[in-house]
Amino acid sequence: MTVLLVAVAVLVCSGLAALLASGSPRAATALGAGGAVVACVIGLIAAVPFLFGTPAESLRLAWNVPYGTFFVEVDALSAFFLLPIFGLSALAAVYGTEYLQAWRGRKSPGATWFFYNFLVASMVLVVLARNGVLFLVAWETMALTSYFLVTLDHEQDSVREAGWTYLVASHLGTAFLLAMFVLLGRSSGSLDFDRYSSANASALFLLALVGFGTKAGFMPLHVWLPEAHPAAPSHVSALMSGVMIKMGIYGLLRTLTFLGPPPAWWGWVLIGVGLTSGVLGVLFALAQHDLKRLLAYHSVENIGIIALGLGVGLVGVSNGSPVLAVLGFGGGLLHVLNHALFKGLLFLGAGSVLHGAGTREIDHLGGLAKRMPWTAATFLVGAVAISGLPPLNGFVSEFLIYLGAFNGVTQRAGVAVPLLAAIAGLALIGGLAAACFTKAFGVVFLGEPRSEHAARAHEAGAAMRWPMALLAVGCALIGFCAPFVVRSLASVLPLVSGLAPETVGEKLADAVAPLRFVIAGSVAFLVLVAGLAWARRRLLRGRTMAETVTWDCGYAQPSARMQYTASSFAQPLTTLFAPLLRTRCKLTAPEGYFPRAASLSTETPDAARVALYEPAFSGVGWVLARMRWLQQGRIQLYVLYIALTLLVLLVWKLG
Amino acid sequence: MLGVINRTKAWFAGRCGQPVLQAYYDLSKLLRKGAVYSRTTTWVFRAGPIVGLAAVLEATALVPLGGEPAPLAFTGDLILLAYVLGLMRFFTVAAALDTGSSFEGMGASREVTFSALAEPALLLGLAAVARLTGSLSLSGMYAAMSLETWRQAGPVLALVTAALMVVLLAENARLPVDDPNTHLELTMIHEVMVLDHSGPDLAFILYGAALKLWVLAALLVGLLLPVRTGNAWLDVGAALGGMFAVAVAVGVVESSMARLRLLRVPQLLVGAGALVALALILTLR
Repeated sequence: MTVLLVAVAVLVCSGLAALLASGSPRAATALGAGGAVVACVIGLIAAVPFLFGTPAESLRLAWNVPYGTFFVEVDALSAFFLLPIFGLSALAAVYGTEYLQAWRGRKSPGATWFFYNFLVASMVLVVLARNGVLFLVAWETMALTSYFLVTLDHEQDSVREAGWTYLVASHLGTAFLLAMFVLLGRSSGSLDFDRYSSANASALFLLALVGFGTKAGFMPLHVWLPEAHPAAPSHVSALMSGVMIKMGIYGLLRTLTFLGPPPAWWGWVLIGVGLTSGVLGVLFALAQHDLKRLLAYHSVENIGIIALGLGVGLVGVSNGSPVLAVLGFGGGLLHVLNHALFKGLLFLGAGSVLHGAGTREIDHLGGLAKRMPWTAATFLVGAVAISGLPPLNGFVSEFLIYLGAFNGVTQRAGVAVPLLAAIAGLALIGGLAAACFTKAFGVVFLGEPRSEHAARAHEAGAAMRWPMALLAVGCALIGFCAPFVVRSLASVLPLVSGLAPETVGEKLADAVAPLRFVIAGSVAFLVLVAGLAWARRRLLRGRTMAETVTWDCGYAQPSARMQYTASSFAQPLTTLFAPLLRTRCKLTAPEGYFPRAASLSTETPDAARVALYEPAFSGVGWVLARMRWLQQGRIQLYVLYIALTLLVLLVWKLG
Repeated sequence: MLGVINRTKAWFAGRCGQPVLQAYYDLSKLLRKGAVYSRTTTWVFRAGPIVGLAAVLEATALVPLGGEPAPLAFTGDLILLAYVLGLMRFFTVAAALDTGSSFEGMGASREVTFSALAEPALLLGLAAVARLTGSLSLSGMYAAMSLETWRQAGPVLALVTAALMVVLLAENARLPVDDPNTHLELTMIHEVMVLDHSGPDLAFILYGAALKLWVLAALLVGLLLPVRTGNAWLDVGAALGGMFAVAVAVGVVESSMARLRLLRVPQLLVGAGALVALALILTLR
């Protein structure tokens, strides 16, 4: 416990030191990034034992804030979420040292590293906090520091607007959290987590769903994700997408631990939320042509898969089926870890592409695999992992969720409908995700370069390549060592599902058995690949191996612009789902017998934002505009307002 | 199986047709040739056929035949089957995009669209059979199938079989989804994705496609002809006879129908999904 607090202290101090050393960029980067890496390593070493049987430790100190105590505790659930926080933060910090070089001379890195380290520290505190006030303070710090990181390039209008959207969304979510904590505290009289009772459980569940769901990115609360993630610098996007949105999932799980036995409809609601987020997230991702916006929508989709897993688990708990509970929660939690790994990897890869080729626009890239081989290889690993394909880690977590759903469909009565919906949804999401990532990987890295910048792209340096390589290795490792990783969930699941540890252990062992076969199959697959490659080399040894142009059907001058673009690749699917996507299309068609120029541009604005939020906020703005007569612009009047309000409050409270 | 299909089509057309083992002659011819690679391609293009064939070999090891358990059988292997076929598809599509040609891009784009729609139908169909037989392993499911199951849940199995047939036609590039004989723009899905491969690579791809046809047909035959006499040889023999019948059926379908308009193919696949959903509703009673 103290070691973890030491790690937080190192983060805070190094952040402050980096801010103070703003004058010298080299010193600021070294202090900031170095402090982050050291703290994360210390934190990882301290957190891992809590997953493997060390009992929970806590620390309670008095604090001068009303209803607040400095009450922190590490149990298995916190430790599980600390793993991706520390792991990805360290790697993103190393990546950031080189990535931020592009801002050298324009922005001082001191402030950036200050906010980065405080972001990591606040996330650690969110996971450790066991008092409502402490939790909200850490939550708010997380939101503010990430806001400042997102608006690093605040000279650009789009970045400022993205930051504003993010700030508003975050605070609306926090408002629901405030209401939830107030409700929790009212029945028990204190805001410490260990003293909560489960009165008003359903209202609390809904408040938590909306409040934490805004941070996590459930549809339709996700509208800030596709704005904020592309605007932020890539290492920050990786951290935000890989870890920060999981804080929402952590909050939801922690709330479930003090809400007692769940009624069945909670599981149904979560499965429904998971399905909409998953399917709509991946559909919107298909329609995007900005690489980081595409990845942001995929985060929405994967949060949907996690919610599906948690929903299956909740259905299992309410139905009294330990198998369903263990497999559902296990799959969802493992997907948290897996998503942190492969989404972090993909965002770092996107950053590398932006750094090397200068643009995020997929349709202007192409052929980067030849100029950026490391980025291409690690991005491929990330793409295969996120599509949930064996033998990598994405398949393992989806397999657990599928297995739970199939178990429920065949063995239990009464839960078949939501579980079948979950299976159908997961299958559709998997197919569409594979479509989207073949598009992203294929159009960006393969083929011929479609523009000048792509043709002159350069590979990233060592500090950017090593974190990506390590994350790719992590994806493969979890894929091949799945039983070991799944067994680490044995201490987390009793907390989340309320089952006895022996039951959990027994059901996990049942789940691990098929995973061994999956790994056997994967190993056989690798052996086959090696064998076939050797066979081909033997066969081609004495023979001619020529190189020529791609078969072009006799065109006299094939050009790189004749390749399929990302939009054309996704066009059959986007046309199929057009009523949901509402893509706007601007077309100047070719005219005449010898057309000179033609152009087509498509844009898919976020449907939830356009249909839900913009009308709602316009309405609110209209109402508030009616009250503009209050703002006369004179300071004296405002002081009068303050005095009047104070008077009214005093009369109310004392009278 | 490819030979049987081609011979059936030839018989319909009044021709004599290729020898039944023509596919193997083609494979041996290709394995003896050299290879030509495009300058645009990278290692992904060279890896595509190998990964695809390895993936479908793993899939073949998962599928039981004639009530005998498969070499690799465990709880939940149906999920692995669907995703291993997905792995093969991912790398074939990536290799196609690697060539930088609009033909391959077109085929790749259509391929991912149709398989995204076919995969839910496949998994839900297997879920229906799992619910009927109470087992979560393909070998367990197919071993528990018998004529008794048809008598008890005939409509469900009929719907699932119809949907699986549609999925088989779609995934294997058969009419009415795609014409395996031509490379015209109208029928460019699977054939066009492999346009630039040559020599041993093309041999791997052809064999992989044949194996994929075998895998999906075996799933279909297990449902259609669950002969369980107790004698392993008879069961396997009956299953092989069933495969022959499925090949003839595919040949008949190909000879009697024209290819569907591409806009209609998603409707066909969603229709298969609807059939499976109906089957599942029937199992819920």
